[in-house]
Amino acid sequence: MYKKMMKKQKNRNKELINVESVVIRFAGDSGDGIQLTGNRFANATAIIGNDLGTYPDYPAEIRAPAGTLAGVSAYQIQFSSKDIYTPGDKVDVLVVMNPAALKVHLSDLKPGGTIIANKSNFKSRNLKMAGWESDPLEDDTLSNYKVYDIEISRFVSSALKDMNLPSKTIERTKNMFALGLMYWIYTRPLEPTIEWLKVKFKSRPELVEGNIRALKAGYNFGDITEIFPASYQVGPAPLKKGTYRNITGNYAIGLGLLAASQKSGLPLFFGGYPITPASDILHQLSHYRNFGVKTFQAEDEIASIGSVIGAAFAGNLAVTASSGPGIALKGEALGLAVMTELPMVIVNVQRVGPSTGMPTKTEQADLFQALWGRNSESPMPVIAPISPGDCFYATYEACRIALKYMTPVFILSDALLANGSEPWLIPEIKQLSPIDVKFAVDPGEDSVFHPYERDKETLARKWAVPGTAGLEHRIGGLEKENITGNISYNPDNHQLMVNLRAQKVESIAREFPAMEIYGKDTGDLLVLGWGSTFGAIRAAVEKLRDEGMSVSHAQLRWVNPFPSDLGGILVKFQKILIPELNTGQLIKLIRSEFLIDAVGLNLSTGKPFTRSQIIEKIKSIM
Amino acid sequence: MAESITSKPLTRKDFISDQDVRWCPGCGDYSILAQVQKTFPDLGIPKEKIVFISGIGCSSRFPYYMKTFGFHTIHGRAPTIASGVKLANPDLSVWVITGDGDSLSIGGNHFIHLMRRNFDINMIMFNNEIYGLTKGQYSPTSELGKVTKSTPFGSLDRPFNPPLLALGAASTFVARSIDKRTHHLQDMLKRTHEHKGTSFLEIYQNCNIFNDGAFKNLTDREVKDDNVLVLENGKPMIFGSKKNKGIHLDGFKPEVVELNGKFSVNDLVVHEESDRNLGGILANFTHNEKFPTPIGVLYCEEKPTYEDLLYDQIESAKKRLGEGDLEALLHSGDTWVIK
Ligand code: SF4
Repeated sequence: MYKKMMKKQKNRNKELINVESVVIRFAGDSGDGIQLTGNRFANATAIIGNDLGTYPDYPAEIRAPAGTLAGVSAYQIQFSSKDIYTPGDKVDVLVVMNPAALKVHLSDLKPGGTIIANKSNFKSRNLKMAGWESDPLEDDTLSNYKVYDIEISRFVSSALKDMNLPSKTIERTKNMFALGLMYWIYTRPLEPTIEWLKVKFKSRPELVEGNIRALKAGYNFGDITEIFPASYQVGPAPLKKGTYRNITGNYAIGLGLLAASQKSGLPLFFGGYPITPASDILHQLSHYRNFGVKTFQAEDEIASIGSVIGAAFAGNLAVTASSGPGIALKGEALGLAVMTELPMVIVNVQRVGPSTGMPTKTEQADLFQALWGRNSESPMPVIAPISPGDCFYATYEACRIALKYMTPVFILSDALLANGSEPWLIPEIKQLSPIDVKFAVDPGEDSVFHPYERDKETLARKWAVPGTAGLEHRIGGLEKENITGNISYNPDNHQLMVNLRAQKVESIAREFPAMEIYGKDTGDLLVLGWGSTFGAIRAAVEKLRDEGMSVSHAQLRWVNPFPSDLGGILVKFQKILIPELNTGQLIKLIRSEFLIDAVGLNLSTGKPFTRSQIIEKIKSIM
Repeated sequence: MAESITSKPLTRKDFISDQDVRWCPGCGDYSILAQVQKTFPDLGIPKEKIVFISGIGCSSRFPYYMKTFGFHTIHGRAPTIASGVKLANPDLSVWVITGDGDSLSIGGNHFIHLMRRNFDINMIMFNNEIYGLTKGQYSPTSELGKVTKSTPFGSLDRPFNPPLLALGAASTFVARSIDKRTHHLQDMLKRTHEHKGTSFLEIYQNCNIFNDGAFKNLTDREVKDDNVLVLENGKPMIFGSKKNKGIHLDGFKPEVVELNGKFSVNDLVVHEESDRNLGGILANFTHNEKFPTPIGVLYCEEKPTYEDLLYDQIESAKKRLGEGDLEALLHSGDTWVIK
């Protein structure tokens, strides 16, 4: 939506027009610094109080050949003076650094939308590589759009010419020029970016200077030249009071772990192995040595979960993060974690599969893997955060449940949440629910310690860490006799233990608050989602409710166990629609659990849902 | 937390758990268990600080029989779990019990990384050159051409040389003993414990069911002294039933010489445990008919342990940056206030 409110003001040199929401996409070679440019824009946008959602979309290849379609990296941001839930569907402004970026992204531009192109890169070689027969900036390909073709390379070389920098270095500052220009068009402050450049290139003053010059050159270019008739203003969104920062899902997970470590008083141990898109969590935590955080980059995925099981046995808050293929490798060890009933958290930042799939793209197809990707009956609670900021709370909750119930807990994030960002109200640590950990300290009445004696309420066994005198005991992957923990092949005992392990996980549902329903709690249609689809579904349902349709929305965070009020909610609607970025996983669970003939909306493109895809589906079934 | 229950010195009995031992009668594992239970009271470690961690295989039943903390994990992964235990609590005395299949086949990757990281962890590998628990397939230490259940025409892959592999993986302590040499084994267990860093102790262990007599030439009374070189630090390398043979080094080339006038004790190599090259030369005697099989400490050198380095990093980060402040971290970077 690009509602012009037409409240004009006098700006610096030009007219200033108020608008409600804008979607911008930066696109260029993966070597053009597109992600960095997008991040800076998001930051400046957050600081002036807009609500925003971002969607970084980059190739798996670190440096695909320059100028090719495969090498195009993009960063989309929607910002608004209203509450928004997604990075936006169609794009208002497309900033392209080369012909390949234009080729890949043109189809997402709204009719009449704006293109800002770095003309310097539209040379015949680049055009050919991107598959353009002739220069689209010159022929009538773009006649339905507003096109601004700018010789960015030429402008930055003249802005930096007296600095004696190598031409390659000068060329690299062109993203700052584009950023400066966008700052002018959308009236964002330059200062945060300037401060950031000073820190980023602390030891290279010439780069600080060069990039600042390019940034300002872009800004002044918008202000002074005749091409742009006006700039735009997006007012602050009506966000709740408090202090905010912009946050990505991966970063929020790191902070959530740290918070859980502090509140529980347990040292944080993180065992990881590099894998896209989860590695950032390892990187981030490795900086927190002064918090006593122990990060361990293991030799493989199996070793990383092995180390986590060991650390859990020895009394740390133990965590690992990976993505689908890595989780597959951890499967056997996760069975051991279930059998030994040790508390730990396993993060799966889902990506497209099967196998290596499309590592940087998003999908929700590991739900079944989380539930059943281990041999035999191996139940584990699963929580799926619904937004980048919620990754903090979901992580904290996962840790709390793991420690309280003595169980491994899965977090199902995904590439969209991991790299996407939103403004985040910084929580008060004091207000987070307490995490009380009680290690076993004495063996009990008859002086014989029973490692599988359970808490009556939670069914959690005792956590008796090595180093505690009198509690020496042995655990392992062989079936345990309930209470004593001795090896047991007794048929009745195995039945009992299978039941107990399942019951324990089921009983976690008592911790969940009542499900929130957006809209009426009865009606024609309930859209039920899980995890990261929250934003797109909410945006769609909001729109249709504004149009008067009887649609409601509920989003699952805990997908195992289901909230106990879910069944009662579902039966109050004529129809249930379940959108998922897979071929239908939650829907199978809902159908089999509640015998409800839900309808699916399924997408496997590596891209998140757009609001319009969901609206279209809802309209088609109502 | 309760204090160590008793200040009475520990005895062998204190380490015997209430579980029935279920190895085949006559298995070499019994001797190893007995030597461990006999030695441990002398190590001076409170019982509750000891953790035995095993993988899968006959040997990996071991933790159940020790009245300490124990963790019987999954096939090949004991080193990974032990690493986590040690990093979580460096005060613990952590022992990995493994076999040749567990540590060198399915767990080969973890083995080499455990060696190079140099946690203060002790790994005892029961090498019986066969898969026992799965009933007799050849293992990564079985000799070439081994006829077993899974290789009726003979195995086709050459065996690992465990000490050489450990050295190649930057191990800081490599030793070997034999199930039947009880006193030597006790000494080696003590040395294994004393070394700060990852200690690798290979124990030749007879599987009397599936690979009986694999180490006969090293244990039979009549031949063992001619086939075994018992290493002692600072002592010349002498062996033989009449103590009439020794190892002479011609440059880097070792040779067995007779002490018969042409060569005397003064011509023999004096064992220097901290000499890595010498360790490599000795490890290469394994499976080599021209040389005796060395037992004892092949190589030992102190290097900083992983956990010390990690905890140093934590301490120095705290000094440099101050104790982590979550509130401040949450509010770091660009923030803004909505009023
Ligand atoms: S199979 Fe061999 S190694 Fe295993 S317990 Fe029996 S004798 Fe010992």
